Amino acid sequence: MSPERTETVQDTTVVHERRTPAPPPVTLIGMPKFPKNAKKELANSQLRTNLRHATTTIRNKRVKVVQELPHWEDLRLAGEAIKNRTLRHLDTYLLQLEASLTANGAIVHWANDAAEANQIVIDITRSKGADEVVKVKSMATQEIDLNEALEEAGIAAWETDLAELIVQLGHDRPSHILVPAIHRNRSEVREIFLEEMGRYGTPPPEGLTDDPAMLAGAARVHLRNKFLRAKVAVSGANFAIADSGTLVVVESEGNGRMCLTLPDTLISIVGIEKTLPTFADLEVFMQLLPRSSTAERMNPYTSMWSGVREGDGPQEVHVVLVDNGRTKVLADQVGRQALRCIRCSACLNICPVYERVGGHAYGSVYPGPIGAILTPQLRGTASEIDQSLPYASSLCGACFEVCPVRINIPEVLVHLRNRVVEEHHGPSAWGMGMKVGGWVMGKGNRFGMLEKGAELFGAVWPGDKVGPIPGPASAWLGARDLKKPPTETFRDWWVKREKAKRSGDSGQKDA
Amino acid sequence: MSSKEAILGRIRSALRDVPNVAAADDVAVNWQYGQRPATATDDLLGLFVERVEDYKAIVSWVVPNEVPVRIANALTDHGATSAVLPAGAPAEWHEAVAAAGIAVVTDDPVLSHAELDATGGVVTASRVGIAETGTIVLDHAADQGRRALSLVPDLHVCVIRSDQVVSDVPEAVARLQASIDTRQPLTWISGPSATSDIELNRVEGVHGPRTLHVLLVNE
Repeated sequence: MSPERTETVQDTTVVHERRTPAPPPVTLIGMPKFPKNAKKELANSQLRTNLRHATTTIRNKRVKVVQELPHWEDLRLAGEAIKNRTLRHLDTYLLQLEASLTANGAIVHWANDAAEANQIVIDITRSKGADEVVKVKSMATQEIDLNEALEEAGIAAWETDLAELIVQLGHDRPSHILVPAIHRNRSEVREIFLEEMGRYGTPPPEGLTDDPAMLAGAARVHLRNKFLRAKVAVSGANFAIADSGTLVVVESEGNGRMCLTLPDTLISIVGIEKTLPTFADLEVFMQLLPRSSTAERMNPYTSMWSGVREGDGPQEVHVVLVDNGRTKVLADQVGRQALRCIRCSACLNICPVYERVGGHAYGSVYPGPIGAILTPQLRGTASEIDQSLPYASSLCGACFEVCPVRINIPEVLVHLRNRVVEEHHGPSAWGMGMKVGGWVMGKGNRFGMLEKGAELFGAVWPGDKVGPIPGPASAWLGARDLKKPPTETFRDWWVKREKAKRSGDSGQKDA
Repeated sequence: MSSKEAILGRIRSALRDVPNVAAADDVAVNWQYGQRPATATDDLLGLFVERVEDYKAIVSWVVPNEVPVRIANALTDHGATSAVLPAGAPAEWHEAVAAAGIAVVTDDPVLSHAELDATGGVVTASRVGIAETGTIVLDHAADQGRRALSLVPDLHVCVIRSDQVVSDVPEAVARLQASIDTRQPLTWISGPSATSDIELNRVEGVHGPRTLHVLLVNE
């Protein structure tokens, strides 16, 4: 795990030392589909132990703090309605947001896609003569892969959230929306810090143990100098208030406050769906979000700022409004509800599939149930992984129940499965099976023949269950066990019974 | 076409099914804003103290004329040898802190990040307290100072008056509307800096002040 080399800058091949730890490469093309990924991750028992522990803890905590609010369902309904209102009139609210931000002294940019958004950040950073930025944890910047775009432009992006720092130093990818290093336990974190921290700044203290408090202390010391010297910060935003031009960042550690307050220039990357009409709407979302995400009554720190405040914080404030596929989601009348998402991750924590396979199997920045409906809509369903994501669910519906903005995830999953089939498959195995079934059941003697065959199969098959077998049923049986067919069918048993009755038996005895 | 026009164009074509009416007429929001919940307790201050302490912050009840000396005591108790006081802090606070032998640092001229980092503590007033969630909100008026002051030093002594404590988030948001109208930044603080990033184990003290001492002034 040493700093790696990167190449390619337009025509001339420039080889330069990387500034930040290299993440594993992501290439969608050729990425195995979800079931394959899931099988691989399931074999990692350490991962499953870490995930089970973490998701169980946070699930139980969430139930407790949600039960404290008797009007929780009213809050969810309000959250849903406010988001629907905003999304259905998004053009109006975005223009209002832009006008308010501009009036507050902020500079507003619009970006169609990831490349445009990244270029805006690169240009602003270069114009400040800076070769590094400090970053607040942000899903939007993960989505556009900003760190690697900056790295290629010779700008170092330092993640400052503890979990993001663990992921970055570990040459890793996030596996959870809220706790990106949820797949790592304390001793793995210690190993990463010992191995990597010193290469990129202040090394960990002597005698570093795996005590979480000591590990957090090491991060504090490692990042302090970066905060104090940074000229440019990059953040996302949890909410963008249209009527006042206020951005909101919800966090825990204070790294967000550091980034939002200390540097001279602040660039915030905001997905267009983050808009809320009024400041008053926050009274709903500041109750829904903390309880659903970290399962606290309130998160330790929330920052709200309205453009430039003279003599306080960054004096140059940029806001980049990003589409990057969101308008495609908006165009789908069933799927658009996914844009209500406030990235709390309650659906990940409750999901039986996520708990077992972890976030990496989804091959997407947005894992879990929300990722399974958001990613194929944002990216489209051209790749194998994106076609398989709507199937990465048992449709148990727990995600819908915990969702603070009532996104009906199972409904969208089924809708997207339909879309995948319509867009990509000819006659399906399912359709063929139904046709064969219809023919077999069309006549009693055909069905009887099939039963005879099954009886024979049951008589010779060793064991109680039929597991994975090759052939057309392999996809279904790959994830399920089938009870082996009985050695006597009901029809045979009935015939035998009737015969016995007729032959003068009392008929009391059963076969 | 600019990116702005392109995005707005795509939004409008995506929303062709939406009737051409005002947003509020299109989707009803069944929510009464700014209300105290029917279940709110009468003992707001008791709940506030309980909930702030739940985050491992320290809370002391203080009578009004003892505020300056209790500020100085809090700084001394936590071992601060220097403290930054915002320009709008009452003169008695300055006097009491200085009298306790603690170096008083002011933000005029503006302190550098390094100077602020070398300061032991900070004393601020506050704007609103929320009982239900144990939250204190600063709007960074003159008695609270710019945002960096209450962030970089490792100890935050925060003074809040009992009449600033409200029941829940909606009441707080209603009160904070005035600060938003004048475009003041807001910082919502619920306990000291914390993280749950390692095994979802809550640890107090990462980048923000590791100690939060709240002085609740009972009028």
